[in-house]
Amino acid sequence: MQAYIDQLIQNGYFAGMPKEVVYAIAMVLAAFIVLSVFVAPLAGVTSWLERRVWARMQSRVGPNRVGPQGILQWLADGIKNLLKEDLIPSAADAKLFSLAPYVVFMGFLCTFVVIPFGGTLIVADLNIGILYILAVTSVVVVGILMAGWASNNKWSLLGGMRSAAQIVSYEIPAGLAVLTIVFLAGTLSMQGIIQAQGWAPWDWFLFSNPFTFAAFFLYFTAALAEGNRTPFDIPEAESELVAGYVTEYSGMRFLFFFFAEWGNLYVIGAVAATLFLGGWQVPPVTSDPILLGALQFVVFFLKAYLWVFIAMWVRATLPRVRVDQLMALCWKYMVPLSFVCLLGTVSWMLAFPKGNQFFSIVMFVFGLLVLGYFFTRVLFQLRHARPELYFKPHI
Amino acid sequence: MDQTAPIESPGFYTEDMTISVGPQHPSTHGVLRFVVKTDGEVINEAIPDVGYLHRSIEKIGEKVTWHGYVPYTDRADYLAAMFANQGFCMAAEKLAGVEVTRRGEFCRAIACELNRVASHLISVGTFGQDIGAMTPFVHALRERETINNLMEEICGARLTYNYLRIGGVGYDILPETCTRITEFLDHFEPIVDEFNRLLSNNKIFIQRLAGVAVVTKEDALSYNLVGPNLRACGIKWDIRRDIPYSVYPELEFEIPVGTGQIGTLGDSYDRYWVRICELQESCKIVRQCLKMLPKGPAIAKVPRKFKPPAGECYVRVEAPRGDMGFYVVSDGSEYPYRVRIRTGSYTAMSIIDKLSKGIMLADLIALIGSLDVDAPEIDR
Repeated sequence: MQAYIDQLIQNGYFAGMPKEVVYAIAMVLAAFIVLSVFVAPLAGVTSWLERRVWARMQSRVGPNRVGPQGILQWLADGIKNLLKEDLIPSAADAKLFSLAPYVVFMGFLCTFVVIPFGGTLIVADLNIGILYILAVTSVVVVGILMAGWASNNKWSLLGGMRSAAQIVSYEIPAGLAVLTIVFLAGTLSMQGIIQAQGWAPWDWFLFSNPFTFAAFFLYFTAALAEGNRTPFDIPEAESELVAGYVTEYSGMRFLFFFFAEWGNLYVIGAVAATLFLGGWQVPPVTSDPILLGALQFVVFFLKAYLWVFIAMWVRATLPRVRVDQLMALCWKYMVPLSFVCLLGTVSWMLAFPKGNQFFSIVMFVFGLLVLGYFFTRVLFQLRHARPELYFKPHI
Repeated sequence: MDQTAPIESPGFYTEDMTISVGPQHPSTHGVLRFVVKTDGEVINEAIPDVGYLHRSIEKIGEKVTWHGYVPYTDRADYLAAMFANQGFCMAAEKLAGVEVTRRGEFCRAIACELNRVASHLISVGTFGQDIGAMTPFVHALRERETINNLMEEICGARLTYNYLRIGGVGYDILPETCTRITEFLDHFEPIVDEFNRLLSNNKIFIQRLAGVAVVTKEDALSYNLVGPNLRACGIKWDIRRDIPYSVYPELEFEIPVGTGQIGTLGDSYDRYWVRICELQESCKIVRQCLKMLPKGPAIAKVPRKFKPPAGECYVRVEAPRGDMGFYVVSDGSEYPYRVRIRTGSYTAMSIIDKLSKGIMLADLIALIGSLDVDAPEIDR
């Protein structure tokens, strides 16, 4: 993108303007476009999708009134929330209280700068890409803690404290799992990591060696916890803390938190796809750059959304863990395991400096077997759950 | 707020945080309130505060006729209205010496056991929701909806049934309804297995409940726990079997007791598991009753102006939340002189403070759910 602007400047489009100003305007424009064209509909549609998927899993119908199949529900919700009164409790710390949603929102939105939607479709390919993502997502916890503290409500405070403890703890296994991939790829840049993989599944880092295979699940679990998703949604456990840190929020500020949560789901999926699943890599089927770009975008989007769907599935299935169990899971199991993964990958790289294609294929077959076993279990459940019930719920 | 003494460094003390759980809290199953004192997440004290749902049901009993009071008893525990009906009707029959027709007794048993299934479905479903599993709740309510449809067929109401009358039941159960009930049972019994696969055998669910809030046998007896909460501690006490009433002595059914198969005997999981087993047992009872359903009138001849002779009696029925007792005094007039209802949830509330010491806030929610306390039954 920078190259494109450089070219425009050279062609004399912005004569008389300092270069920096042009860059700044371009960045603001890019942010605006990404926010309004991509992120807002994405988070909105994710919220609709989650409600629909969830409803079907619970043999309900879900929102189906606004637009075809209710797909515009998020717009209706957004308008409704915009029109609602924005309450600030008199006992709250008004400044912090109003600032908190934006901090959360910013922390999540900044990640879109480095998410590679395609070979050329990226706002900025920072050379510290993945490190940048880890850094800006940590800002979210500051916002949540602010919200919890500033609300001056005990439930909010409990939610905020739980969230802080949880996110800070789970950053360690997530970071270590990411580090294994950084070692393999030899770069922090998101595009660099994708380019180090291939389009074929056995070229993905997921199947590179047994340790990255384990690291993937560690990453996904830790990311669910960082995104406050079930079974780790204790900060906003509605049956315990009513709504956690968002208890006192209303109107659009309330929506910003959920905007961030649903958008964050996509970020989790996108990072997982980038690091482990080969990102936008597609087989060389066409040389047309636009077609190739579109294909890459679709492939990346599908890979990312697969994990969004799985997160929804998990949410519909699992109960919630307790705070101490959450911490025990992190510090007793996930942190040591992620260290094992890290050291294992390093040893693997020492043993096979050029990688081991044969073993990758073996791992791929193993992965397929795991998937196959999973699907036989799902089929067993489906057979025994008698899906005809869902078409005729009341006999 | 309590200030505990400085522990290590002087000038540094901690304060207990006082939180009000309820009355508008999603997990208190109605309008309960607990004043909870916590040290962070760990609870030091949880004082139940009851009375938010008081509707003077006992006092109303003194102002309406004997027949007229039956619909009011529905509201004593609206999740298990049939049992309160039965309790009061049995008391009135005992006072007046009315013999219930045999078909009436079987109709009562069928309706009651279906109601028990509905009530336990709500109980285990909302319990899952308290732990954070949303899907089992909706599945349980889907099944309960079918029972509501059946109840509507039987007596025209879906929640507050007003089905039982003094001397029998208001409406006979039609043969078509019997087939529908059998269809429902055929459909429902495998659902319990599905429910177990989805929730009861879930690792996280077990972890949350096993060994949490253990009630010992001695505690259970001294705090007067009844019903599934008592049986979960391993005490085989069921009014249907030990103080038999209605047609229960003729029926074959097991009384599930807690075994501590996952954690400790009498923990939250046992209380949950006993209810799951009772779902199946109730289905069994309904099947037997349908098979044995005799011909004849569904209601005995009872005068419209019902005036039992002066006297008093105490009648107990096994409601889903345990022993429901009706102490009724008659002075020989058209109105009961005094009605007193004893319910299981009220005594279950009293043990919460003892059990909640030292457990976490999330466990308190699990504890309330596992005791299946039900606000309308507590306050009446």
